Amino acid sequence: MVTATQHLESYVEGFSEFEKLATGHALPWLRKLRRDAFASFCEVGFPTTHDEDWRFTNVSVIAQTPFQLARNGRARLSQKELEPYQVAGIASQLVFVNGRFVRELSLLGKLPDGVKVSSLAAETSSNPGAIELHLGRYLDGRDAFCALNTAFAEDGAYVHIRRGTLVEEPICLLFVSTGDDAPSMSHPRNLIVAEENSQATFVEDYVSLDGGAAFCNTVTELVAGDHTVLSHYMIEREHKQAFNISTLRIQQGRSANVVSHSVLLGGALVRNNVHPVLAGEGGECLINGLFIGNGHQHLDNYMLVEHASPRCGSRQFYNGILDGHAHGVFHGRIIVHEDAQKTDAKQTNRNLLLSDDAQIDTKPQLEIYADDVKCTHGATIGQIEGDALFYLRSRGIDEVSARKFLLFAFASECLDRMKHGPVRRYVEGLINHCLHQMANSAPGAPTENRREDTGRNWGEIG
Amino acid sequence: MSLLEVKNLHVGVDNHEILKGIDLKVNAGEVHSIMGPNGSGKSTLAQVLARRETYDVTSGEVSYNGKDLLAMKPEDAACEGVFMAFQYPVEIPGISNAYFLRSALNAIRKYRGLDEIDAMDFLPLFREKLKLLDMDEKLMNRSVNEGFSGGEKKRNEILQMAVLEPRLAILDETDSGLDIDALKIVAQGVDAMRNPERAIVVVTHYQRLLNYIVPDFVHVLVDGRIVRSGGPELALELEDKGYGSMEGEARHATPA
Repeated sequence: MVTATQHLESYVEGFSEFEKLATGHALPWLRKLRRDAFASFCEVGFPTTHDEDWRFTNVSVIAQTPFQLARNGRARLSQKELEPYQVAGIASQLVFVNGRFVRELSLLGKLPDGVKVSSLAAETSSNPGAIELHLGRYLDGRDAFCALNTAFAEDGAYVHIRRGTLVEEPICLLFVSTGDDAPSMSHPRNLIVAEENSQATFVEDYVSLDGGAAFCNTVTELVAGDHTVLSHYMIEREHKQAFNISTLRIQQGRSANVVSHSVLLGGALVRNNVHPVLAGEGGECLINGLFIGNGHQHLDNYMLVEHASPRCGSRQFYNGILDGHAHGVFHGRIIVHEDAQKTDAKQTNRNLLLSDDAQIDTKPQLEIYADDVKCTHGATIGQIEGDALFYLRSRGIDEVSARKFLLFAFASECLDRMKHGPVRRYVEGLINHCLHQMANSAPGAPTENRREDTGRNWGEIG
Repeated sequence: MSLLEVKNLHVGVDNHEILKGIDLKVNAGEVHSIMGPNGSGKSTLAQVLARRETYDVTSGEVSYNGKDLLAMKPEDAACEGVFMAFQYPVEIPGISNAYFLRSALNAIRKYRGLDEIDAMDFLPLFREKLKLLDMDEKLMNRSVNEGFSGGEKKRNEILQMAVLEPRLAILDETDSGLDIDALKIVAQGVDAMRNPERAIVVVTHYQRLLNYIVPDFVHVLVDGRIVRSGGPELALELEDKGYGSMEGEARHATPA
């Protein structure tokens, strides 16, 4: 309902300053890419709730805050401070502070031949041809945040995996925002190119070290070649004042199998876009997500799954747990293009609301232009079941633990879709911690302000 | 002193009175059966004793092992040794049977000041009890009651009882929906747990279960009141004549 008074002037100023000095400013194709993107951003402006794709998420607070590009990329951080954010048992973690790669803080263990892990800025300087081949090729140019990211695209991760290479170790990318006196923004841009028949796992982990208004607008382009098997994790756990808009754009080749896991735990206003295009025949995509919010958090999950070739399968499973005044959104859009016969697409969103003030908007949207397809969707909203709680308590388990049990059981549906290994253990630890706090949040009077129903109470919506 | 002593218990839900003055004494070592038609308040009594909080206890007292049971939370009652086998066991997706049961056992042990049992030590105990109830070991790692058949769910309740070893076990219509083979297994499981320290209250609609778990006392509950009490022969009389003969007695019974 809000048409924001938008501070586009500050972006205009920021952009003209940025593009003069940014890495690769002398490359004509890159200059053009940035300029076109910025023009597109200025033309469309920040979305409002009149925009169907943004109906449930009001970004006027982002539009109205005069963010400046974060410039303190290398300041005052020690490896010790980052220890809590290291996935146990991994060999490589690239650290980005306010969007900029910091080699001294990164863990650059040995990876197999055929894997190149670097920063976008470094690669733009040394090997611009490789970047030009893919950067910005697959993104939706009319998306304001993607356009803004492309306009300010300079640094982020660059990963290239040669054909046939099997990378068993996960490649972790840690994005740290350090806050600033003035509201600051960063636009990390990641480019991951996995050639034919390769396998790998990537983790993007977003954290913040200090308070302060920070806006992280990130884009990852993941090019999944034919017959690749790839997993991608997005973990959002910045502090409760942070704004995070992220887009994962996946371009899938023939018989490529891609899994995207999103775990949203932190941030004030979070929008996570997952946009796979199943461009080659026989591709498979699993989009698995969990969002857990309390306080006044707003967690928006937007999926756009495009079936552009025959015989592809896609699965979306999202579970949400919302307490306090938290607001969750699940918007699952599936487009089946004319040629995409034998498409098999499924979408499920389950939500647990723990307080009367928590809110979920769930919206399936199917657009089918082929005639031989199977598409299903469903959504449920429920509370912690009084029956289940009583059952656990009647066996001696105290109320807080019983509540935690049930929350964890609900969350574990998403965990179970993650492959066993260090990343899953890491994510499990984060979720456990988060739910522990949630279960403990009102130990004195847990039953008074909380919703509890007896009997079966999963209302089918879809 | 009786293990369980219920005095003039009145219980309602939403201003509707269900139990209208129950008196009951159960001693350690005894098996009591509470029989009654649908809607008589049998399950309400069982659930109130297990401390379900959705009922309003309007008056009366319940002492268990010398303590005020009505002042206890469900988890405290459980830790004190009260166990109810549910009429409708709840499915809990995402929690494995073994993990759930070990957590329950450890919660109870902790309450009693005992060391927790780790997964390795728990396993043999769990296996032994599974065998007792003729249950498949695969059920260990399945989610609690999820996708279990009716019979498996009821057996799972008795399995929990066998592991948790309560002092007062209340079986709420554990026999309903069981075929005769499953009924025998469940009954044998319960019967094996009879001992001088433990009391068992069997709530049932039909007499059949009592062929296998022979009670010391039978009470007939009609319209929120115990209208007759007697020995095992009372169950047979009921089987013969039905509850109809006693519903008249309920109407004429003096309110307590």
